[in-house]
Amino acid sequence: MANVLTVKDLRVHFHDAAPDRFAVDGLNLTVAQGEIIGLVGESGSGKTVTAMSISGLLPREKAQVSGSITLDGHEIFACSDQEILDILGDELGVVFQEPMTSMDPVMRIGPQIEECLLNHRRLSKAQRRQLALEAMAQVELPEPERIYRKYPHELSGGMLQRVMIAAAIVSRPKLLLADEPTTALDVSVQAEILTLLKKLNRESGMAIMLISHDLHVVRKLCSRVAVMQRGKLVEDRPVEEIFRNPQHPYTKQLIAAIPGRDRHLF
Amino acid sequence: MKKRANVFLWAGGILSGLMLCIIILGYFWTPYDPTAMDPKAKFCAPSLNHLLGTDNFGRDIFSRVVDGAGTSFFIALCVVAIGCLAGILIGSLCGYYGGLPDLILTRVCDSITAFPAFLLALVIVTVAGPGTENIILALGILFIPSFARIVRSEFARCRELNYIKSAKLMGAGGMRIMFRHILPNTFPVLLSAVTIGFNNAVLSEASMSFLGIGIQPPYASLGSMLSDSQSFLHSAPWYALGTGGAIVLLILGFSLLSEGLQLKGQR
Repeated sequence: MANVLTVKDLRVHFHDAAPDRFAVDGLNLTVAQGEIIGLVGESGSGKTVTAMSISGLLPREKAQVSGSITLDGHEIFACSDQEILDILGDELGVVFQEPMTSMDPVMRIGPQIEECLLNHRRLSKAQRRQLALEAMAQVELPEPERIYRKYPHELSGGMLQRVMIAAAIVSRPKLLLADEPTTALDVSVQAEILTLLKKLNRESGMAIMLISHDLHVVRKLCSRVAVMQRGKLVEDRPVEEIFRNPQHPYTKQLIAAIPGRDRHLF
Repeated sequence: MKKRANVFLWAGGILSGLMLCIIILGYFWTPYDPTAMDPKAKFCAPSLNHLLGTDNFGRDIFSRVVDGAGTSFFIALCVVAIGCLAGILIGSLCGYYGGLPDLILTRVCDSITAFPAFLLALVIVTVAGPGTENIILALGILFIPSFARIVRSEFARCRELNYIKSAKLMGAGGMRIMFRHILPNTFPVLLSAVTIGFNNAVLSEASMSFLGIGIQPPYASLGSMLSDSQSFLHSAPWYALGTGGAIVLLILGFSLLSEGLQLKGQR
């Protein structure tokens, strides 16, 4: 199948870091259409920096970037600022870790979901509203019409995360970048959001890149796992293989660190 | 914490509202013509005929105070509008984009602030000549830096917030992010800045008129009336009291209002 995302030899170096310390060091990664891939690793292993590079959000004055990132045929590093704006929200949807701080507090939910449409499509107000309500129904928000008119502070964290996902998928992106989408939520809500992501993937064939340090989450959702350590990709294989037979010592450590059912924590 | 009534906001709102009503009424109707002289009624003490008495030309002080407050109010409004709009424009561009233009504009604003404000207004009015428009222009320019600085710091703070990044990731352009996403979020801060700025504008206008470079006679302005009343402090103290009292009430109302707004913002 065609690749939605191809990352080739990505190197990111922050100007204030030591000369030999790369935040991302020669990363090669592909995401196929309709695939759910998990990107795991400890804090500082370069997961989020990779995500920021893909979304073109890496501040150019702070970091030196080399390599190539191709998102659905667009070479990100060759794009002008305007071209990147055209891609963001249209071909690439992003869901953040903290839904509470990721929504504009003085804007109603509806218009925030319509943001992508407003920036990318020429649609009438009624059409935008219709698409937003459809997206809200798709992420299983109860009573979309009512929530459409609410402000972010009136909703719970789990609902806001659904709203964020609705906002990210409303323009049918090819790839959804989910940067620890469940970390700020409590466990029961986490499971719901994961199920939702899986459903969206099945229904629309949208590829999902899940960035997480929670291997449980990755195992539940992903078909393939890429493990990062100190900016390098150390293992990239189907999820069950990795859990059954981890090759790299770092992956073994990560898996051993999962508090298991048969082992007691205290 | 138990939610207590915001006394400042209420008192300020009522006082300013009252002053505003009187001022608006004054645009259409005053008990006497504020510039009509009556030689037979010089220095009348306050009475039912003349609520605040009359001045050395027999003009009704209450009418003149209302009229003068109206002029001051109008000038202050224009000054704040100029300062606020230009400040938002400069501050938002500086705060959002940063870089060299930010550095230059911030320094220009700093150097304007470094001048004694009054001196600069004096220079502008002396060059351009006294008159309502010139006062508005002079004070308006002086008020830009304070607004620009507030807006700039708010924009620089908001730029790094998650929901702004999130809007960026949805493909929103710079202009849309600045004016649709960040600006509405700066309103609480901006609102109290506007009320404080309004107070300063009223005071500055009064001071300029007091020094004789503001509104020119025979038109009434609180500052010029206060200046006139000095000569008659002993023979007609109501002149100074009435005029000064009006300034105090106008300022007090808006000070309370801005204090109340700040308290509201903190809750």
